[in-house]
Formats: sequence, C-alpha cells, structure tokens
Amino acid sequence: MIGDYTYTEFTSILAMQGFAGLTLFSVFVLMALGLAIIFGQMGVINMAHGEFMILGAYMTYLCSQFFSVYLPSLFSIYFFFAMILAFAASFLLGMLVEWGLIRFLYRRPLDTLLATWGLSLILQQAYRSIFGAREVGVTLPDWLMGSIALTDIIEIPINGLFVMGLTALITLGVYFGMFRSNWGKRMRAVVQNRTMAGAVGINTKMVDRMTFGLGCGIAGIAGSAFTMIGSTGPTAGQLYIVDTFLIVVFGGAGSLIGTIASAFSISQAQSTIEFFLSGSMAKVLTLLTVVGILMLRPQGLFTLKIRR
Amino acid sequence: MSPALFLFRKREWIYFAILAFVLVIVFPSLFDNFRLNLIGKYLTYSFVALGLVLCWGYGGILSLGQGIFFGLGGYCMAMFLKLEASTPEATAIQSTPGIPDFMDWNQITSLPFWWEPFHSFTFTLFATIAVPVALAFIISVAMFKRRVGGVYFAIITQAIAAILTILIIGQQGYTGGVNGITDLRTLLGWDIRSDNARYVFYFICVALLLVSLIVAQFIRISKFGRLLIAMRDKEDRVRFSGYDVANFKIFIFCLAAALSAIGGAMFTLQVGFMSPSFVGIVPSIEMVIFCAVGGRLSIFGAIYGALLVNAAKTSLSETFPELWLFAMGGLFIAVVMVFPEGVAGLYRQHIEPLIVRGTSLLRIGKVRKPRPAAE
Repeated sequence: MIGDYTYTEFTSILAMQGFAGLTLFSVFVLMALGLAIIFGQMGVINMAHGEFMILGAYMTYLCSQFFSVYLPSLFSIYFFFAMILAFAASFLLGMLVEWGLIRFLYRRPLDTLLATWGLSLILQQAYRSIFGAREVGVTLPDWLMGSIALTDIIEIPINGLFVMGLTALITLGVYFGMFRSNWGKRMRAVVQNRTMAGAVGINTKMVDRMTFGLGCGIAGIAGSAFTMIGSTGPTAGQLYIVDTFLIVVFGGAGSLIGTIASAFSISQAQSTIEFFLSGSMAKVLTLLTVVGILMLRPQGLFTLKIRR
Repeated sequence: MSPALFLFRKREWIYFAILAFVLVIVFPSLFDNFRLNLIGKYLTYSFVALGLVLCWGYGGILSLGQGIFFGLGGYCMAMFLKLEASTPEATAIQSTPGIPDFMDWNQITSLPFWWEPFHSFTFTLFATIAVPVALAFIISVAMFKRRVGGVYFAIITQAIAAILTILIIGQQGYTGGVNGITDLRTLLGWDIRSDNARYVFYFICVALLLVSLIVAQFIRISKFGRLLIAMRDKEDRVRFSGYDVANFKIFIFCLAAALSAIGGAMFTLQVGFMSPSFVGIVPSIEMVIFCAVGGRLSIFGAIYGALLVNAAKTSLSETFPELWLFAMGGLFIAVVMVFPEGVAGLYRQHIEPLIVRGTSLLRIGKVRKPRPAAE
C-alpha cells in the first residue's frame, strides 16, 4: 500500500505517467530537432520556430479536410501525404525567410532574435486571419484511434505510440543527414570553419539556406505529428518556444545526443512531478531546475569541442 | 566639442528642456484627464525603455525579461494597496474578513507571512525597488560571473519571465492568479481613482522620469559609460585591461531592473491594478521594441519610443484589431533591418543636419566643429 493506492495501482499509474512523459518527450524532441539544427549548428535564434511548426499543423489540417471531401477512399493514409506537404511548406517558407531576412543578420544574433519575433507575430496574425482564432483539430483515421490494453489498468493510446515511432524515425533521419550524408558533411564544415569551407569549394550561402530550410521543414513535420495528440490554434507555437529553446540550450547547443537527453529528462521530470503537484507547479519546478543547472553549467549537458 | 554645461552638452540641454516642456505643459493642457492618464501609463514603460537603453544599447546585454522587474515592482505596490483596501470593515462579508478578496475566494484563512510587511508603506517603497533588484542581482551574478552573455542571457531571462508568469497564475490564492491584483482603492487614505489623484500621479511619474533621465545621462557621460561601450564592442580587451567586466554588467543590469520596477509601481498607481499579463514573455519583448523604436542608443529616444509605440498600439487596436499584430511584427523587422538606430537615428541623420545648417546660417562666421562620433 502506498498512500491510498495498492501496489499494482501505483505501478500502473507510474507506467501511465511515464508513457505520458514519453509522448511529451516525442513532441519536445520533434520541436527541438529543427531548432538544434538552426540554433545549435548555425547559431541563429529563430523565435518563429513555433510558427513553422504550426504551419505544418495547419497543412495537415487542410490535408485531412481535402482527403475527407475529395478522396475518402485514401483517407486512412492521408497522414503520410500531409507530412510531406507540411515539410515542403515549412521548408519553402524557411528558405524564403532565410533569403529575405536571416542572411543579413548572421553577425547580429540579438537582432535576429527581434526580427524573427516580429515574423512570428505576423505569421500568428496571418493564421488567425486565414484559419480563424478557434483551435482546429484533425480527424484521425480509424486505425490510429483507440488504445491497446496491456493490463486491466494500463492502456496505451495508439496515436501516442505512432508519434513515438515517427519521432524515432525522424531522429534517425536527422542523425544520418547530419553525420553520414554529403549535405551534413558540408554543413558541419561550414559551421566549423566558414572561410576554409568556402575555400574548398562549398557554396556556403547555399548551405546556410538549405540548413535553415531543413530545420524549418523538420519543425513542419513536428507540427504535423502534433495534430495527432492535440488541437492547433494560431498561438500554439508560442506556448512551446521557451521550452524548446531551453531544451536545446540545456542539452548543449550543437549536440544532437544532448538535445535528446535533455528533452527526455525535462519531459519525464515534468510529467512525474505533475502527478504529485499541480501542472503549473510541475512546469515551474522543472524550468527552475533547468535554469538553475544552466547557471551552474552554462555550456549545457553535452558539449562539442569546436575550435572557433 | 561645445562646452559641457554640467552633465549635458548644450544641445542635449535643449532636448531635455523640450521633453520636459512637452510632458509638463503641452500634454496636460492638450489632453483631458482620461488621455493624460493613458499617457501616464505609456510613460511608465519609458522607465523600462530607458533601462534597456543603458543595459542593451550601451552595455550590449539584451534582457528579454524586463517584464519580471516591471511586474515585481508593480506587484509590491499592488500588495500594499490591496491590503489597504481589504480592511476588516470593507471585507466584512467574507468568511475571513481582513484578507484580500481573492484569498478568501481560494479558501485561504489567514494572511501569508510574506504579505504581512506590506502593511507598511515605507517597507513597500523599499521592497518595490529592493525585490526586483535582488532578483536581478542573483540572475546577473550567476550569469555574468560565468561569462554567459548575449543570446544565452536573453533566453534565460525569457525563461525566467515565463516561470514567473506560470507561478503567479498557478498560485491563485496568494497572487490573484490570472486576473492579478485588482480593485485597488486608496493610497494612505487618498482615493487613487479620483481625477485629482490621477493628475497628481501623472506629474509624479513625469518628475521621476526626468530624474531617471538625468541619472542615465550621468552614467552615459561618466567613465563607466565609456567602459560599457567598450565592453559591448570588445569585451575581452576591457578584461585584459584589468577591469572586472562582470561587476559592471551586474551593476547596469540591476540599474535597469530598478528603473523597470519604478515604472511598474507607477503603473499600478495610475492604472489601478496589476496582472501577470505585464510580466510574461510577450510584454517583456514588447518593452524591447519600445526601446528599439526610440533608438537603442538614445536616452531621449527611449521615452519617445515608448510613447509612440503605445499610442500607435492604442489607436490601431481600437480601430483595426487585426492589423495591430501585423504592424507590430513589421515594426520588429523594420527596426532591425531598416533603421537600427530607431527614431533617434532618423532624427540624427535627417533632421539634425537641417537644424545645424539653419542655426549656422544665423551666425555666419562661426566655425562649427562636428560632433564626436563616439556614441
């Protein structure tokens, strides 16, 4: 007996809470991956990152509407098209933003922060004008609904599992992209020594634009996945932006493993404390701990040693 | 260089006189009590913008958490006013008379210990400055002693603003939650909602602002001001010259926090409530834009910037609520891309030469030396 619960009930609650933490972890990882590329590798503060995510979410919403009206036979697999569309839209918008805004500001990181905040306000209002101020949700195809009952008490929702699988896939994709592909090699070369990379014939400006676009595109996919577990509103992106930045900074900018580790610890801490205290206190405690640790260890959990 | 007449140069005395004239004479004679109160509210943001000019423009420390200090100052003042409004007689219908109404609504039966000192007005005045400065001190010591700066500092301050907002909203029984501390009535028995009181508060606010301006100018022309600029541009060289960079940064950040806190307290007095919507991420970053629009290197610009942006916000969001966010977003981008020195920079580039040419036509024969380009 623990408190008012029997032993089995208690372990089940822990398991369910742990699973909820894992779902939160997946969302955090998806959001942080794009930022880890843009902020961690390029050093650009993109405060509009959340809005790129919401763009992906709205694309998924449009896709689900389109398929349910015009292609009901393919509705069960609309999600895969939606993800591609979400990626493409965010990727293109990201390239556009890099071309029109970011490329002038690489030497002024604080100004980038302000400019992208302005961009996020504009995007928010644009979403509100186009899609309305109310939150929208997508209809999930049948095979994603429901849950698997493991024991009498423990039930695991299928959409949560799907998001986790997706997260694992995308993380692997980013890993191979960054560390095993030619593009990743070029990107890392530009980050480590821009002049030298240019000298050996890498088009550094194009690499910058592609990197920024890819980071935004991954945010778009994150938004697409996000629609499966929550509804989307114009300001939803802003709710997550601080958490996401903290995750990337906490993990140690530039380290992919660090980002994942910090997303895991933050989400697990938050969902575990949530069980004992209120949701807001859980968030306050988690964030305070993270800020406290960052004050003691400003370089984050994992650091790459780069000669600047 | 024209002779420095104590603190300001000759031309700056003129700017100061114009600003004082506008705030003390033009606005009160031009606007009715309601509009004047609104301007008084905008002016409270000028304190924050002024702090940011010193901290960000000169020191190069971008804080996205000025709302923390603005809010803490405002909350300290609001707690005193709330306690004065919640006398046992005024709150006789509550189940526990004598405590603020929102505590009663949340089934709290006695005043928390940390509310107790706020019965005293002297303590409140002290705490209004001391609490925010103490927090600023802790944050800045932890960060600057470890040489964390720039972007990381901005993100951390933003996170702290977020934490404080969540905390205030979550602890409804102790802080008034999302509504904040409302229904404030009297200050030492004097009704703060009367026209008379609002009029007086406006002038107190202007007086404090003018004093703050003089303090800021004093810092700007002092050796410390020079060091701030040097630190902003080449921190390592200042360090190698034997200065402890962190201490200077801590001082300027605490000063900016104190200015914001004064603004927050004046805000509570003039507007009559305080809520978490003036603490969080969005208001904090808006405060940066007041400073940026005015000109991040101009202490006078900060005041005009806060007035301009807020006036635009009020009029635009009254008539075209959808347009406001577009305008605000555009402003952020424009102020970074097109005119990074803000209104003050535009003035310096386009209007000042005209004035200089005009005045030099009047006194032909005098040779004018160019302004030093240090700022």
